[in-house]
Amino acid sequence: MKENKFKKNSSQALTTQHETRMLSIKNLKASIGEKQILNGINLEIKAGEVHAIMGPNGSGKSTLASVLSGRDVFDVTGGEVLFDGENILDLSPEDRARKGIFLAFQYPVEIPGVSNANFLKTAVNEIRKSKGLEPLDSKDFLVMMKERMKLVEMDKAMTQRSVNEGFSGGEKKRNEIFQMAMLEPKLCILDETDSGLDIDALRIVANGVNALRSKERSFVVITHYQRLLDYIVPDFVHVLYNGRIVKSGTKDLALELEEKGYDWIKEIKADAVEFSNK
Amino acid sequence: MSEDLKILNDLSQNEYKYGFVSDFESDNAPKGLSEDIVRFISLKKKEPEWLLEWRLKAYRHWLSLKQEEPTWANIHHPKIDFQEIIYYSAPRPKPELKSLDELDPEIKATFDKLGISLEEQKRLSGVAVDAVIDSVSVKTTFREELSKLGIIFCSFSEAVHDYPDLIKKYIGSVVPMTDNFYAALNSAVFSDGSFCYIPKGVRCPMELSTYFRINSAGTGQFERTLIVADEGSYVSYLEGCTAPMRDENQLHAAVVEIYAHKNAQVKYSTVQNWYPGDKNGKGGIYNFVTKRGIAHEHSKISWTQVETGSSITWKYPSVILKGDYSIGEFYSVAVTNNMQQADTGTKMIHLGKNTKSTIISKGISGGKSNNSYRGLVKINKNADHSRNFSQCDSLLLGDQCGAHTFPYLEVHNKSAKVEHEATTSKVGEDQIFYCNQRGISTEDAVGLIVNGYCKEVFNQLPMEFAVEAQKLLAVSLEGSVG
Repeated sequence: MKENKFKKNSSQALTTQHETRMLSIKNLKASIGEKQILNGINLEIKAGEVHAIMGPNGSGKSTLASVLSGRDVFDVTGGEVLFDGENILDLSPEDRARKGIFLAFQYPVEIPGVSNANFLKTAVNEIRKSKGLEPLDSKDFLVMMKERMKLVEMDKAMTQRSVNEGFSGGEKKRNEIFQMAMLEPKLCILDETDSGLDIDALRIVANGVNALRSKERSFVVITHYQRLLDYIVPDFVHVLYNGRIVKSGTKDLALELEEKGYDWIKEIKADAVEFSNK
Repeated sequence: MSEDLKILNDLSQNEYKYGFVSDFESDNAPKGLSEDIVRFISLKKKEPEWLLEWRLKAYRHWLSLKQEEPTWANIHHPKIDFQEIIYYSAPRPKPELKSLDELDPEIKATFDKLGISLEEQKRLSGVAVDAVIDSVSVKTTFREELSKLGIIFCSFSEAVHDYPDLIKKYIGSVVPMTDNFYAALNSAVFSDGSFCYIPKGVRCPMELSTYFRINSAGTGQFERTLIVADEGSYVSYLEGCTAPMRDENQLHAAVVEIYAHKNAQVKYSTVQNWYPGDKNGKGGIYNFVTKRGIAHEHSKISWTQVETGSSITWKYPSVILKGDYSIGEFYSVAVTNNMQQADTGTKMIHLGKNTKSTIISKGISGGKSNNSYRGLVKINKNADHSRNFSQCDSLLLGDQCGAHTFPYLEVHNKSAKVEHEATTSKVGEDQIFYCNQRGISTEDAVGLIVNGYCKEVFNQLPMEFAVEAQKLLAVSLEGSVG
């Protein structure tokens, strides 16, 4: 009897675990023009987890972010990406966004003449519409905005300015996290959010991200440097090289990379290739 | 054509939602133009002898131009056969209207479809409306209230009868009948339009508005608007226009004259949405319009236009800065899509000292359209310390459209300061992707980006009009990007 119950429980646990898998990337390959950039990426992310992706320049980190969010300059040449069990590779970028995938851009884009508030209101209401919800009226929207602004210490003037126009590097990145807070995505992809930030701005941005961590929300944090991971502590760290994940580990791996650089990873990679050739 | 195909076609061409034809009886003149037609129009309108003479003089001048239309603009169209046009068409007259309830239900329905229920307008928005269908002004609202302030706002034909002295004094005083080919044509055959007079020191408490509608087939619309702002007065005037979808091109050659006395201010806003023709450039309105204002000492004239319709637009709302310290402004958004052509801009003629003008022009082209800005800034030799600032921006959607800028600067005074800035840009893929990534569809993204681009101009429009203009812009741009 006791044994039976245990068995049942364990199988339940397995199912639950399976169901909480939010993102499944299987053997994903992508190219731009003739150039193959992603050479078969495999990655599983469960709800609530934070995965850091590191790697040297040109390893394919930002391409991965672009492909996941649906930028059409890249051609997907193989593999699949399941989000909540659904293959999203045929979905438009806006449909992916509406399903809860958010990309914090490495280089946020300026839209002159469109106020940040107006832009966000349009976005929030599009996402609400896709969920069958009524649009937020101006008053509720303002209340929500006021509350979320605090997360990244943003002042009101910034919401009235045109989207990213004339923003400093730090303001742009804070604005990305603010948008993330407003849109309440399930999966947040941060593409080198730490680049171009001084130490104070880095702390503000990281605090904002940490405040948004929850059991239901997952993060993919793309970065060159270990520094960001002191603030946003990841559950897993993956090293991307030549369009493949060549090593995975915990946050200690990031420290090791910081210390040794990427050269030893490149050697591992060579071994791995040799091994697979055998 | 199979039924399926027809439905598909209807669907793909439904961008122009004002393309219906209203079924009320109308009273047409025979086709073609001659002295007899000019006399016919004048007779129909029971005009005084002097006005008939004025028309005939204009007609003879027009004849002397030997049907040589101006060819300097960057537009292309087959030669217009002026004998194929009907120059007068009126909804069949009914006895004098005492109230809106007596308006022909079909006409009322037409305006309801256009989203300007006259009654609604009257009750809610406090905008006084003059509605012109084809050649005749159908109804002017709010007249009594305005008349208490001494403001005259009525159809042009009524003004000819009720205020002949004012008409006689001001007609052609800003745009002479010999000004240009289309102004001469208009002066000969103009059928109706609006007249507005604001007495000394009066600030008009509401927006005055004229709604133009071409309904009958094969007709041209030749209306005239005359606005006289007496010393120290203020008025804001709105103009909107639509027309049914028809396969043939229809000519709209209007004249607008603004006379701003000392210290007066006139703000004139247009949302032009004449039928632009179909995707292949079939049909649509030729919008050949002369608009000009004359500004006396310390007065100010502002033109704001949002041009989204017409297959061809040819218009240059201008200001003659005659008095010292007078101000002229031109804010324009011109959108062309599919096969549309626009050659539009302004003329700022600085005659007085310390005169100032501002030109903000935003051209947006999509599809295979062609969009040109053409503007003249002329500083006369006595116009000491005059200033002009011009900014002409062009935005391209897609890679098959064209944007052109033709600025003319003539400066004859050394103390003048003239600045000109111009940019050409494209809606960026990265901007669209950024919006997409936030859940906004590409079509909405283009609307958002273009609206942002036009913000400086929309800010000049009265609130209600600004909202309409934004919606219109989104509709006009449908399908403009890959």
